Amino acid sequence: MKIPNVITAMLAGIILTLASLWFGQNHGLMPVAASEEAPLVDDLFNAMMTIAAGLFILVQGALVISIIKFRKRPGDETDAFPVDGNLSLEIVWTAIPVVIVLGLSVYSFEVYNSMGGLDPMASHDHGPHQMAMTSGAAIAAPLPGMEDTMPPATEQKIALGVGASPENQGNPADLEVNVMGLQFAWIFTYPESGVVSGELHIPAGKEVQLNIAAQDVLHAFWVPQFRLKQDAIPARTTELRFKPKVPGDYPVVCAELCGAYHGAMQTRVVVETPEDFEAWLQTQIALQKDAASQTVAMNPGELSDGEFLTPFVRDMGIDSAALEQLHPPAHHEHHNS
Amino acid sequence: MTTAGIETTVKPPEPHGESDGNNWRKYFSFSTDHKVIGIQYLVTSFLFYLIGGLLAEGVRVELATPDPDFVDPQLYNGLFTVHATVMIFLWIVPGTAGFANYVIPLAIGAKDMAFPRLNAVGFWLIPPGGILLLSSFFVGAPGAGWTSYPPLSVVGDKAGQLLWILSVLVLGTSSILGAINFLSTILKMRIPDMELNDMPLFCWAMLAASALILVSTPVLAGALILLCFDLMAGTPFFNPMAGGDPVVYQHMFWFYSHPAVYIMILPVFGMISEIIPVHARKPIFGYQAIAYSSLAISFLGLIVWAHHMFTSGTPGWLRMFFMIATMAIAVPTGIKVFSWVATIWGGKLRLNSAMLFAIGFVSMFLVGGLSGVMLASVPFDIHVHDTYFIVAHLHYVLFGGSVFGIYAAVYHWFPKMTGRMMNEFWGKVHFFLTFFGFNLCFLPMHWLGLQGMPRRVAQYNPEFATVNMVCTVGSFILAISTLPFLFNAIWSWIAGPKASANPWRALTLEWQTSSPPPVENFIEEPVLWSGPYEYGIDTLSDRQSVDELLTEVKGEV
Amino acid sequence: MQGSAIETSQTTLDMQHGHGHAGGHHEAHPDHRIFGIVLFLIAESMIFLGLFAAYLTFRAVSPEWPPEGTPEMELLLPGINTIILISSSFVMNQGNAAIKKNNVGGLRAWFGATALMGVVFLCGQLYEYFHTGFGLTDNIFTSTFYVLTGFHGLHVCFGLMLILAVMWRSLKADRYSSASHFGPEAAELYWHFVDVVWIVLFLILYLL
Repeated sequence: MKIPNVITAMLAGIILTLASLWFGQNHGLMPVAASEEAPLVDDLFNAMMTIAAGLFILVQGALVISIIKFRKRPGDETDAFPVDGNLSLEIVWTAIPVVIVLGLSVYSFEVYNSMGGLDPMASHDHGPHQMAMTSGAAIAAPLPGMEDTMPPATEQKIALGVGASPENQGNPADLEVNVMGLQFAWIFTYPESGVVSGELHIPAGKEVQLNIAAQDVLHAFWVPQFRLKQDAIPARTTELRFKPKVPGDYPVVCAELCGAYHGAMQTRVVVETPEDFEAWLQTQIALQKDAASQTVAMNPGELSDGEFLTPFVRDMGIDSAALEQLHPPAHHEHHNS
Repeated sequence: MTTAGIETTVKPPEPHGESDGNNWRKYFSFSTDHKVIGIQYLVTSFLFYLIGGLLAEGVRVELATPDPDFVDPQLYNGLFTVHATVMIFLWIVPGTAGFANYVIPLAIGAKDMAFPRLNAVGFWLIPPGGILLLSSFFVGAPGAGWTSYPPLSVVGDKAGQLLWILSVLVLGTSSILGAINFLSTILKMRIPDMELNDMPLFCWAMLAASALILVSTPVLAGALILLCFDLMAGTPFFNPMAGGDPVVYQHMFWFYSHPAVYIMILPVFGMISEIIPVHARKPIFGYQAIAYSSLAISFLGLIVWAHHMFTSGTPGWLRMFFMIATMAIAVPTGIKVFSWVATIWGGKLRLNSAMLFAIGFVSMFLVGGLSGVMLASVPFDIHVHDTYFIVAHLHYVLFGGSVFGIYAAVYHWFPKMTGRMMNEFWGKVHFFLTFFGFNLCFLPMHWLGLQGMPRRVAQYNPEFATVNMVCTVGSFILAISTLPFLFNAIWSWIAGPKASANPWRALTLEWQTSSPPPVENFIEEPVLWSGPYEYGIDTLSDRQSVDELLTEVKGEV
Repeated sequence: MQGSAIETSQTTLDMQHGHGHAGGHHEAHPDHRIFGIVLFLIAESMIFLGLFAAYLTFRAVSPEWPPEGTPEMELLLPGINTIILISSSFVMNQGNAAIKKNNVGGLRAWFGATALMGVVFLCGQLYEYFHTGFGLTDNIFTSTFYVLTGFHGLHVCFGLMLILAVMWRSLKADRYSSASHFGPEAAELYWHFVDVVWIVLFLILYLL
């Protein structure tokens, strides 16, 4: 039985389309989508996976068929029929990618916009702040001093990163947290309550704004389940604004090479119900009142980096040996500057 | 040095044919013969490839388990930093330059490059550059990644970082000198009958790549000069605490280093466009589309650099601009891929080692290209930037792309260069081991990155342990796959069967002279008998067949 | 990649050297060396463009420029220096015009004058360095100032060496003639390049 070429091609096209559509939805490559923004990114990724799967099957299929069907037969030393181009075909395979990438650009633009990437407040950079407070005290004082390392509240409005989604622009976020990256830990400060923590607790369903800065070198704040990442840059504030949705325990990963223990610079973000979050916050406030009376008496300058960092890294999988190897030049350089 | 040790073992056979006074010593001399320099480039860069591969194995062994238990974490950072630098500046860039050096003057019917002495200087900068880089291991290897982002790069070991900077400056200079030479040679030294549109596509590709080198590499030099001042003199250029701006470094760095990807892949595009038609016995599909798309890639390649900085300190509008420009590159690249597939389709494929690697190239590069389009999309890139997804993507482009292409080119041009044929059986063993090992090593990395594993880490979340072990096993297979190639190449060079002038019955000019060619390439002026890819014209009744044509040419030689 | 300048030009000068004796196989084809020099200068100008772009970016993102505490820049001396350097390009052009008429003496005289002007420029730069009142690492402006002018100064030095080399070679009879004057031409091209870079430098560093 001989099936006409047109029918074969159509069948192949249908199978290809179905296969790529199925794969685009069922690849299972992404982790849990725990924020309101994450599903937007996942939909975009699925669309791109669908297109990619289609092109992959098309090209690889053509190669495999060629290898089977068009390989040289024994004894045949002649050349193939010379086809050196086909203008309409070439126009088609130029035009289709043009359409695809235009579509993807528009789609990506939409997603990025609804995530808040084009929030004018978050996309205007006023350059590095001339920070006088970076000497000594900034890294040292664990308690109220922390918010000093952040620019004053008025300046915080202007940062780089992902800001408010269009419908929330102009409104302050429900919760602001200052994030400080340093070799090799994250420190989270809740400016309203003065709580300082080594792990990030945020309430589900509320707009959260992270003001991200770095102490020494570049770091990058990444929560894979939120699909959000932003570099932390010394002397400059960047911003991530999002709405966590699914309660749970997710990793906070440093994604920008920051030194020998870059891989150990991990902590966790706990998304909890607003009630649980409030309870946690109150416990922290109480705990830190106790600790404050002791810490203030101590001159932070006399502590080595390792000693100073210990309270922050307890939960972060860094052992004491690792802490001892924190190399001091990184900090001292900046203290002098 | 190791260089000397290994190079002597692969010394070429005693001269045969018309070349007089040829001996292996010329490969250690300041020769101005482009063919000698081409082989110098290739052998040297292959040795560095082996070294870079060893460094990569160090990285993979460390990552076989989640704990940082194999090497000291600082040394680990040195391993991947030097691995990347070696692979880019000492393997792929000079490796492709080696082929261009050897093939281009022959393919355009010239006696040599435009500036033979400059050419030799360009080559002889490579060994010192490489030694500088590797010697950094004795003083504390640079550990800030091959990107060497400040402030990290200026707060670590000064000596190692300085050696890295100097080495990259030297190697960049070599690359610029090469580019000047290629541009002059291709534009000015073609035989009179050869118009631009009669050139083999490799020449077009080198034209595009050399233009990129010429324009972008100097900017890297500028960045490194400033970085060097920050490192050694304490200037505040990239020190945010003193009013400087680390993001400026990133812009300058990527202004070179994104085009660097095209500098590494464009020549390979060119070589693939040469190899596929010969072994498919079919004209290249869409000559002009392939030729001009190289130029388009070269131009667009200059205006997409900030897509490496979507999570850095870049404002939203800038991210959008670079997203669209990056997406646009998919169009000329897609044209090439489709054209290669259309060339293969309907051919009479000689599935020898060269062709297998060439088809492998198209197939693997496609994967890297598809993930590349995804990465152009800002919202998605924000998720996977600096993760193993990037590691997977870049290895599909640079290993599945460039390295597969270089292997294809070795199998293709080896007979011309040495006058000997390579062993096909071991060539195929090499291909299948490489193909399998490569995919086993790098395909799972896509998943790792999407799931949450950042790159450049010595320790990672234990949930990724199994997949990392698979990658490490793949990397071992990949390492082992080099052995059949190495022994095949050495043995064939010494004792392989003699190759005729044109074992593949190819039409480009380099096959019109003996294998290997005499000192000034052609005994008589070569004649442009046909276009570079007019295979299969014997099926058209009114024209001479390729075989008749080739016999005629042979009569002339 | 400062070194590259030296390498290229040495190589080209070497080639010039080999010009006399026949048989070097690279002499069989027409001379593309000027084309090569132009390509090289494109690469060189990209280093400067990169540095200029960096300077302008630093300037744009700084809240205050020049940063607080930077002493006022003196304009008179650099202004005179600029005029000297620009005029030297015209002087040098006369040298090349002379050799095109086979006038080796004219070539030497005009090139000598150019070299002298170059030396005056360099001395002026050095004098300025000692009287700016700021140091290399004081702030982002002073650092870019010294690195940019210093990098340019290196190029002036190198151009000067090229001119002196041409003058030295011209002592030998028949080295340069109306038919063969690659050396002077290359040196002049390089000098013009250095000149143009200075004009841009002067505009963005002093005047802007």
